[in-house]
Amino acid sequence: MNSKLRTLTNEAISSQYFSFFVTVILFLVLYGVGIMTYKGFMRPQVFFNLFIDNSALIIVTIGITFTLLTGGIDLSVGAIVALSCMILASLLQNTGVSVPVAVVAVLVLGIFIGGVQGYLITAFNMQPFIVTLAGMFFCRGLTAVISRETISITNDFYVSIASERIGIFGLGFISIGAVVALCALVVAAVVLKYTKFGRTIFALGGNEVSASLMGLPVFKTKIMVYVISGFCAALGGVVYSWIMLSGYTLHGLGMEMDAIASSVIGGTLLTGGVGFIPGTLFGVLIQGVILTFITFQGTLSAWWTKIVVGALLCIFIIMQALITERKSKLSSKSSIEAAKQ
Amino acid sequence: MENLLLEMRQIDKVFPGVKALSSVDFTLRAGEIHSIMGENGAGKSTLIKVLTGVYPRDGGSIYMEGKAIAPRTPKEAQEVGISTVYQEVNLCANLTVTENIFIGRQPTKHGFIDWKQMNTRAQELLQKLNVDIDVTKTLDHYSVAIQQMIAIARSVDVSAKILILDEPTSSLDEQETQKLFTVIRRLKKQGMGIIFISHFLEQIYDLCEKITILRNGELVGAYDVAKLPRVELIAKMIGKDLSALKDFDKSEEKSVPSAGVFLDAKNISCIGKLNHMDVQIHQGEVMGFAGLLGSGRTETAELLFGINKITAGEILIHGTQMRLDEPMKAMQQKIAFCPEDRKQQGVVGDLSVRENIILALQAKDGIFHHIPLNEQIVIVDDYIKLLNIKVSDREQLIKNLSGGNQQKVIIARWLATNPELLILDEPTRGIDVGTKNEIQKMAVTLAKQKGMAVIFISSELDEMIRTCSKLIVLRDRNKVAEIEGDAISSENVMRAIAGGDA
Amino acid sequence: METLKKITASPLFLPLFALAVLLIFNIIFVDGFLTIEMTDDGRLYGRLIDILNRSSSLIILALGMTFVIATSGIDISVGSVIAISSAVCCTLIGGRGDGAAEYPMLLAMLAAVLAGVLCGVWNGLLVAKFKIQPVVATLILMTAGRGIAQLITEGQIITVYYKPFAYIGSSIPGNILPTTIFIAIAMILLVTFIIKKTSIGLFVQSVGINPTASRFTGINVTFVIFLVYAFSGFCAGVSGLIESSLIRAADANNAGLNMEMDAILAVALGGTLLSGGKFNIGGSVIGAITIQTLTTTMYALGVSSEQLPVIKAVAVIILCLMQSSKFRVMFNNWKSRNKVGPQGDKNFLMDEKAVNKA
Repeated sequence: MNSKLRTLTNEAISSQYFSFFVTVILFLVLYGVGIMTYKGFMRPQVFFNLFIDNSALIIVTIGITFTLLTGGIDLSVGAIVALSCMILASLLQNTGVSVPVAVVAVLVLGIFIGGVQGYLITAFNMQPFIVTLAGMFFCRGLTAVISRETISITNDFYVSIASERIGIFGLGFISIGAVVALCALVVAAVVLKYTKFGRTIFALGGNEVSASLMGLPVFKTKIMVYVISGFCAALGGVVYSWIMLSGYTLHGLGMEMDAIASSVIGGTLLTGGVGFIPGTLFGVLIQGVILTFITFQGTLSAWWTKIVVGALLCIFIIMQALITERKSKLSSKSSIEAAKQ
Repeated sequence: MENLLLEMRQIDKVFPGVKALSSVDFTLRAGEIHSIMGENGAGKSTLIKVLTGVYPRDGGSIYMEGKAIAPRTPKEAQEVGISTVYQEVNLCANLTVTENIFIGRQPTKHGFIDWKQMNTRAQELLQKLNVDIDVTKTLDHYSVAIQQMIAIARSVDVSAKILILDEPTSSLDEQETQKLFTVIRRLKKQGMGIIFISHFLEQIYDLCEKITILRNGELVGAYDVAKLPRVELIAKMIGKDLSALKDFDKSEEKSVPSAGVFLDAKNISCIGKLNHMDVQIHQGEVMGFAGLLGSGRTETAELLFGINKITAGEILIHGTQMRLDEPMKAMQQKIAFCPEDRKQQGVVGDLSVRENIILALQAKDGIFHHIPLNEQIVIVDDYIKLLNIKVSDREQLIKNLSGGNQQKVIIARWLATNPELLILDEPTRGIDVGTKNEIQKMAVTLAKQKGMAVIFISSELDEMIRTCSKLIVLRDRNKVAEIEGDAISSENVMRAIAGGDA
Repeated sequence: METLKKITASPLFLPLFALAVLLIFNIIFVDGFLTIEMTDDGRLYGRLIDILNRSSSLIILALGMTFVIATSGIDISVGSVIAISSAVCCTLIGGRGDGAAEYPMLLAMLAAVLAGVLCGVWNGLLVAKFKIQPVVATLILMTAGRGIAQLITEGQIITVYYKPFAYIGSSIPGNILPTTIFIAIAMILLVTFIIKKTSIGLFVQSVGINPTASRFTGINVTFVIFLVYAFSGFCAGVSGLIESSLIRAADANNAGLNMEMDAILAVALGGTLLSGGKFNIGGSVIGAITIQTLTTTMYALGVSSEQLPVIKAVAVIILCLMQSSKFRVMFNNWKSRNKVGPQGDKNFLMDEKAVNKA
């Protein structure tokens, strides 16, 4: 009986979805604690607000997950969010450009920035972190070049998109940004699971040498993940601008870590090859719940969020490291047992 | 000339400074299992890499079923029907079994991957190979043996005509190997041509029909397995004719071991690397570990130096039991180790000769006991002179030296730590004849004059026979013989390496 | 021609050349750039002194970063560690209006440096022990570190009125040069002493060039990696003292902002490869002064501190491209195609590939 239990736990720990289950359970526990501690947590709208407040983060996390899956990283996402907000604000306030054109321009810019970073990383074998770190400084600097002051967005049409609320069975409502985020989640999940491109990303993250020996298009795929990450960051920027209704140099500061943390908490391995889009959603939601806690608590300061997110990221990475170690031990043990037989 | 599947004619391949292959011929028939044999650097893997498009060839031609082919990448080779399964299985451990078989060629429905159909097809494909596993689990759930089968299944599914198996059994146990062989024989019956590369002689005699032997990049010949006794095979690989060997074995004066035992390893094992090995090394003894690559010779050395931990048995040094689980602990017991892979494990390329020589001694002394520069210079200059290392300047970067001089620098690094046991793993590989002799002589001199214990590992039998006063022969990760004194002769050693009914 | 080649091949050529270009630019376009005057209370001042003063904390950061990068790691948390260190120092001295100190300044300074070391130890644990990629490990502290600094200062900008505290950033009465310069020189001497008297420099390079061979030689690779991050934390702690004294306050949001990029740039410019290996302390110091000169020049041209990262990001990419072997092969290929013709060069390329694969 005992040994059966042990094999069961071993099985569970070595499962790819172990981290995901931990995350879901953690989310439920946190939410349960919230309900027990604060009356307000019971309202369905509190749950929907998680999606509204974190819509941009969800989208950015999806993008960064693509790069993490190949074993790379994209530190520029937070800065691209800021740059997107600033360009939108500047175009809408200072020029006569229409809303759709401004949005498309921002998305194209995101694709371009991602493409350049991806090309530098792939073609010249440069380390992803240094290229995207430079990208981060470049984009944030560029934001300040456009304007060092906050630019508020007052375009009527834009404001109406931002404040549009979609009811859900009379329980509450979500924003258009949240809808975009949910759509992005579905698209990303389908791409990663049901397209050749998506599976190539996993193969690449698992073993790049094998992937190229199996004849997979490594070069193209590697560039594409940074393009996707850049696009998602720009889209996240658009959604972020619906929340903030302004452009400002410090928008999305530190968002790259929030996104990496969400992804990792949701079960993405930093070494690449393992990850799960629904998991990243829960990664974001956990951060959202913590933020809600801090808001409800009232006396805790906002900077606690960053510390808690950092601590969570640490715990999950260390957990990953320990699981990987355990797994390799398990497999060597099983080979010993096999040898004995 | 029926059933001719593959012909390679007059293949040449040159690397800077080395002729890796010179006019090598190779012929493979449909339904044939053919082995390519040769010691390290003989050109086996270069030949395979030329065939599979990893390296471009510098001369010669390749015909597949009579048509000239010239694959430039492994993918192009696959497309003409040549698939390779490597020793370290080139699949993705994080993907499911199904995906590993089909990735890049997934069946789709309405533009999306049809997982259901893919899983069913994978299951069928594996069942044909007699493998019944859950194909929806990730690859890392399965043993290397199963992973080999999956890699083979992938190759079979891309409708390969030629299957190359590069050291497929090196990490399999007996049972798994037999299972793999059943699969290989089945594929042979289906008319596939199979190239099987292995260091395990037993397996080659068990499975293959033909053997092509290479030596120093040249073709020795292609032989029927049934007509080639093992000892003759070894002789052809090493390049000595058995009849000519008798007078070749005249040894120079060897070192006579003293009575003091330096190291005594009792029944040491390491899972997947070495089984139950006993070694006793005396002071002033030059001991050789003989055996083919992968036989356990390097593995034993790495256990003694603490690179890998022993999983069973014990090691006594001067009669006291020691735990040698990291290199530093072995170094403190005055053990030194010149590793086999000079480039990866020995040389620190961007550092100077001086820094490379001083490195081990400095590591042993610790960070805070820095050896002053003038003392370093004295030590370094001593060894440069002693070992006759040809450098323009002691500050020259080691990466700019020739292989032989690099090797001498690594040996100097370890002599500087004043060891009582010096392990030399393939110290003469890839270096010129003159330097080879110097290093062999040095090993004997050190044992004679300083009473140092030396372990000498080499693929070249003659240099071991000349230098060692005792030889331990390993085969398939087991110690199979211990040959001492006058019994050391090429013939005896070869018979021991070959084993079986030689 | 030969001597010219020798000069340009020197690792110090690039940072010195860049520095010279910047200085010449400044001399031509900035009025009184070279003027150094004496103030009434006996201190030297002028633009050159100012650049040296301001580059001190960057020099110190670059010293720590050099070792980290030499082990083929990176530490992007240094900016936040500066914020933590200044927060600790200023909080302990306290912002009392009457100009008195809550705790002795020496104690506060020690605590601040210790806080920096602790941050470094934390990074070192994550990288060396848990084998987390350096960039992610230090990203955690980069982002959470500012939160920690906020926590220490309780969200306030603590302004210190205690007089002696200002001496660190400006100068001790009776001294003609700013104290920062002495601190920087002391740190450079310390590092030089460490390199000369211990073997850490040798081990760091060895680990950065070939970790496997280093392990096979008995070097404790984990400990060496741990040590460089701890030292980088120490350097950031010292920089934090200078940064907070310069403005006589602890600003958790802005102290040391973007300095991680400056430090990386300084090291790369100084000739240390971002992929690790041989390092060059002198190069990093000159690199730091060059970067600070660039910053000052850009300020003089009206570029704001928020906009400056654009230029530095481009500079980093260019430096990385120059260090990338693939780029160099492509570049040489292009150059010799114009000279020798394509055939010979193509063979050379193939040989190199073959060697790499072998």
